[in-house]
Amino acid sequence: MNIPAELKYSRDHEWVKIEGNQATVGITDYAQSQLGDVVFVEVPIADTSVVVGAGFCVVESVKAVSDIYAPVGGEIVKINDALTDTPEIMNEDPYGEGWIAVIKIADQADLDNLLSSEEYEKFITEEGN
Amino acid sequence: MRKTKALIFEISKAGRCGLDLPKCDVPEEAIDSLIPQEFLRKEPAPLPEISQLDLMRHYTQLSQRNFGVDSGFYPLGSCTMKYNPKVNEDVCRYPGFSLVHPLQQPETVQGALELLYDMEQYLAEIAGMDAITMQPVAGAHGELTGLKLIRAYHRHRGEMRTKVIVPDSAHGTNPASAAVCGLEIVEIKSNEDGSINLGALRAAVGKDTAALMLTNPSTLGLFETNIEEIASIVHEAGGLLYYDGANANAIMGIVRPGDMGFDVVHFNLHKTFGTPHGGGGPGAGAVGVKSSLASYLPTPIITFDGSKYDLDYNRPESIGKVHSFYGNFGVIVRGYAYIRALGPDGLRQASEDAVMNANYCLSQLKEQYHAPFDRFCMHECILNSKKQAQYGIHTLDLAKRLLDYGYHPPTIYFPMIVEEAMMIEPTDTESKETLDAFIDVMIKIAQEAESDATEIKSAPHTTVVGRLDETLAARKPVLRWKA
Repeated sequence: MNIPAELKYSRDHEWVKIEGNQATVGITDYAQSQLGDVVFVEVPIADTSVVVGAGFCVVESVKAVSDIYAPVGGEIVKINDALTDTPEIMNEDPYGEGWIAVIKIADQADLDNLLSSEEYEKFITEEGN
Repeated sequence: MRKTKALIFEISKAGRCGLDLPKCDVPEEAIDSLIPQEFLRKEPAPLPEISQLDLMRHYTQLSQRNFGVDSGFYPLGSCTMKYNPKVNEDVCRYPGFSLVHPLQQPETVQGALELLYDMEQYLAEIAGMDAITMQPVAGAHGELTGLKLIRAYHRHRGEMRTKVIVPDSAHGTNPASAAVCGLEIVEIKSNEDGSINLGALRAAVGKDTAALMLTNPSTLGLFETNIEEIASIVHEAGGLLYYDGANANAIMGIVRPGDMGFDVVHFNLHKTFGTPHGGGGPGAGAVGVKSSLASYLPTPIITFDGSKYDLDYNRPESIGKVHSFYGNFGVIVRGYAYIRALGPDGLRQASEDAVMNANYCLSQLKEQYHAPFDRFCMHECILNSKKQAQYGIHTLDLAKRLLDYGYHPPTIYFPMIVEEAMMIEPTDTESKETLDAFIDVMIKIAQEAESDATEIKSAPHTTVVGRLDETLAARKPVLRWKA
């Protein structure tokens, strides 16, 4: 399972790449492997606000339709339009091409709840799912 | 069976015709003299041209590919695909039921109204409720109606209650109905055995709790033994309890949702009461309520003054209509005939047989397949493909392989809290021989998993089309046929 050391993780299986007050977010390699082949992504709407923990993106795979919960709150400043036409990049490159959005972090305290790569690895092993 | 995949358009032959029309006996007019130019096609529509016999064969062969309870075993968990007694088809076609018009004056359709009235009484007795509406035409429609009643109840008491609690094991329609009703969904985690986590429930209820939606037996096919405590937690917080009747085939004549503390109930006549199911309906999702919610029921209400039946539209607190007229009347007649044919003892026995059959399947299959809940189940049992995972076999593969043996697969990947779930609901109407034949095939497939995994992973082999690429079909759907 690929869990890059430089990223932060949520317990809902999203990764967060923090650059200053901006966070790029996406789903983890583990999440995409559990979802199976992604066939549709309802990308978030740019220039809207999102609350930490609220659903801000919907991913449909051959198995199920799942809400993706915002790992941090703030304003969505950039979205990955490519997901609309090529949802498979979420499976192929979850940490790269398959990113979902860039969020301007409203409250740095949100970051305190995120896990390090070691903690996330431990979390998914313990969760046993 | 001929495995033709040809479409009607592909067997078309230019100039062929299925029917000779008599010579026109009125003067023929040019079409452009009758219809304005802008409404006329530039080119004729490419309709299939085919002889009557070829047309008949084409559609007869397509119809023979249907699979239903009348053609084979259909253990689709949570759907109760029981046999639909054919006498019900006769009864619903009696002229007094099939030739009446919904706008006829009540005094001219007393028999039809009596049937609706009596059916309400029967369902009220089975559910332990005080009043019933027969208007909703599906289970989810019943849920939406029930939630609207709950919303009206709170509103009339001057309370703003907007949250509906659903366990994470719930039928997907529960949160969906709540969302459609404009309510907010609060999901609570279940215990490992699928029962309600009382701590999580206590933490979730509050002044904004409108209702808890629940099935009992749970979606795992297990009886929720804490139901009375669950009911008191929700009621003490001022919320109501909604009973999703999808699993009612396990409890008829044994326990009643009303006695468990539920305030609103829906039944699926097309599941529990033997009316046709599948293919998009029509269904019937009768909703029952305790007396405290009766004034909000949809209009009209069928009344009886001791001598005459009537329709009462004067219900100022009603949520209004949820369907045209009185629901799917023909389906209600079938359900009525089913209840009358079985009677109270027969209904109880149907539920007991349903529970026995599910436990028989579980007991015979738990060696070959992992049973996540190895305990007495209700009307359906859950297995998964954990033991087959070492051969690279998933539940989907097992389901596809069952098609080769002529069975409709059980429900798979539900409930979602069980990994690789396979939910078998044999229903009350299957014989021991049918169950044994199915069990033998399941055991054979488990052996194949060890000896010939490729055969399973590439199944089905005997169907008209083989394994479909579901990913490609979803990512690049081809929705239109073109020559």
